[in-house]
Amino acid sequence: MKKTKADPKGVLTGAHYMDGDHALAEGALAGGCRFFAGYPITPSTETAERFSSRIPHVGGVFIQMEDELASMAALIGASWGGKKPMTVTSGPGFSLMMENLGLAVMMETPLVIANVQRGGPSTGLPTLTGQQDMMQAKYGSHGDYEIIALSPDSPQECFDLTIEALNLAETYRVPVLIMTDECVGHMHEKVIIPPAEEIEIVERKWYTGPKDEYLPYKNDKDLVPFMVKAGDGYRFHTTGLTHDERGYPIITAECQKVNVTHLIEKIRKNADKIIKIEEDQTDDAEILIVSYGITSRVAVRAVQKARRAGIKIGTLRLITAWPFPEKRIRALSKKVKAIVVPEINYGQMVKEVERNSVDRCKIYSVPHLGGWVHDPEDIYKVIKEASK
Amino acid sequence: MKKEDRLEKNPIEEYLRMDRIPHIWCPGCGIGTVVTSFIEALKKNKEDLDKVAVVSGIGCTGRVAGYVKMDSFHTTHGRAVPFATGLKLANPDMKVVVFSGDGDIFGIGGNHFIHAARRNMDILIICVNNFNYAMTGGQVAATTPMTANASTAPYGNYEYSFSLPYLADACGATYVARWTALHMRRVTKSIQEALNHRGLSLIEVITPCVTLYARRNRLGDGLNLLKYYYDQSVIEHGADTRTLDIAYQGKLVCGKFIDKEKPTFLDAMNTHLSNVLGDDYELYGRINNEND
Ligand SMILES: Cc1ncc(C[n+]2csc(CCOP(=O)(O)OP(=O)(O)O)c2C)c(N)n1
Ligand code: SF4
Ligand SMILES: [Mg+2]
Repeated sequence: MKKTKADPKGVLTGAHYMDGDHALAEGALAGGCRFFAGYPITPSTETAERFSSRIPHVGGVFIQMEDELASMAALIGASWGGKKPMTVTSGPGFSLMMENLGLAVMMETPLVIANVQRGGPSTGLPTLTGQQDMMQAKYGSHGDYEIIALSPDSPQECFDLTIEALNLAETYRVPVLIMTDECVGHMHEKVIIPPAEEIEIVERKWYTGPKDEYLPYKNDKDLVPFMVKAGDGYRFHTTGLTHDERGYPIITAECQKVNVTHLIEKIRKNADKIIKIEEDQTDDAEILIVSYGITSRVAVRAVQKARRAGIKIGTLRLITAWPFPEKRIRALSKKVKAIVVPEINYGQMVKEVERNSVDRCKIYSVPHLGGWVHDPEDIYKVIKEASK
Repeated sequence: MKKEDRLEKNPIEEYLRMDRIPHIWCPGCGIGTVVTSFIEALKKNKEDLDKVAVVSGIGCTGRVAGYVKMDSFHTTHGRAVPFATGLKLANPDMKVVVFSGDGDIFGIGGNHFIHAARRNMDILIICVNNFNYAMTGGQVAATTPMTANASTAPYGNYEYSFSLPYLADACGATYVARWTALHMRRVTKSIQEALNHRGLSLIEVITPCVTLYARRNRLGDGLNLLKYYYDQSVIEHGADTRTLDIAYQGKLVCGKFIDKEKPTFLDAMNTHLSNVLGDDYELYGRINNEND
């Protein structure tokens, strides 16, 4: 993996006061994204607006496409054209993107999609928050695959994790999702943008060997095949069909097994390197709170109250939602009495927690259907119940 | 390679992925004829194949990308045009050709076509119009002429069909032509012109689908139909695009209908932003050999 420093042209070094949506755009520019295709949708539009106003000064393309199907298709095309592309959307647009998310997975194409989540299903709550697309992030496109999804809890993290997402996309030749939400997207906070030379950028894993020997899907040691871009004379082929190392369609069960296993293993076998979590006081905790995004910040109040009441409680925040930190949850489930999972949906990531805890401890889901964040008191009540 | 082998090599081989031949198309299918015209055009234009990309959607025609020896992308059903848009914008010095079917480009992908034409995106679209969704078994399409039979219009089609040149013209395409597959020299010439045209080009090629459309409508074998379409054609260059409807087994007006200059998406972007932002604007795409 070749690393360089950020191109200073895209980096707005300094201390800013901005919301999460704007920070996503700044993260994109700092992280080397020079191609953005999108379609307006609340509560994510500000990212596209910011990018469209900044990119003419940086050098690159912003294009507002006719819909999210097109945005995703354009991203994949642009990625094979050598760009680091990104788009941003929310629930209804995310649903449309599932079609070509699958194509990006199959073609092993680096790109980034940010989903500023709102309440659903359907048009749902356009202006109000939700975390209801977490399972769609993992399973939304048809077929078997693994995905990387990050979950920022602040505008600062929107900036930082967008750079991280662009880097992960290049490292593993995959689409990467940033699953934020309306609250974080519209929350104004301090965002520190470091100098360009402090921002690490992962270069694409460019192939440099003989032209007629290039195989777009030949595994390297780290399971990530080398890439080339269109126009450089490799005359390669790629397809959404099940394919062999050459990228040629092979419609057989045998090839399907090799192809799809590869897509899954590439993420699973690298999961330890990918996963980021943040823990606090989990060493001697009897109760564990697992949360992510805006909910982890709301939960802080409940945790403080619980500690004052003498409850031994620790927290685990999913910075990486997918791949899910299975090992760590498994380990903690052996130590704690109960795990409490507040999230702004009817109980999605809690299923992963459950699956990895089996019957070793009790699991409490604290659902909220969106439109607003939890009342910390509601989380506290469950903590208290769990600690009995 | 031995010298004799080289002598026997078909000149088309440089342009095709010979390791993927035989192709999947039915004997008598017209798609191969259109591919031959495309390759002729590349040859005659002496195009640098390193700088030509082919993007297909899904369908019998969608398989073209899999057989040509250039950077080639077999994408999703209907999305070849936006894929090509991204590829072109990322790599403006490439010639990006969309090669796909009528159902792909004008049925499921219709919205993308109209917007690419509106933007005058600098891509060439070669649409094989075989009047049906062939790959999936000959269903009715947006291009099926009225009264023709299709597997999902077993009593004949009663929906109005698109006139592709009229649609393209109305949406802002700057090069529009229609031919039948047997007009090989003319198809080739149109592709040659369109490869050098800046802006969105559409070349519609009326092509027989022997196995499905022809059989279901009892129109004879591939050669018959190829010849029939040819005989039914009248060439009217510059014809008013409002007059180009296709009736079932009716006359086929062919020719070059539109060929005009208009700034492309990137030209317009560069000109406009330079005017408005002056030196603050980073000109995009004129010099493009960086990976940035
Ligand atoms: C989203 C989606 N819907 C449906 C299909 C099934 N499908 C594959 S090819 C095709 C029709 C292709 O028709 P056309 O573009 O005219 O190509 P032809 O086979 O006639 O050359 C359809 C409906 C698909 N692959 N993807
Ligand atoms: S089904 Fe029709 S279009 Fe498809 S290969 Fe056969 S003849 Fe050609
Ligand atoms: Mg067709």
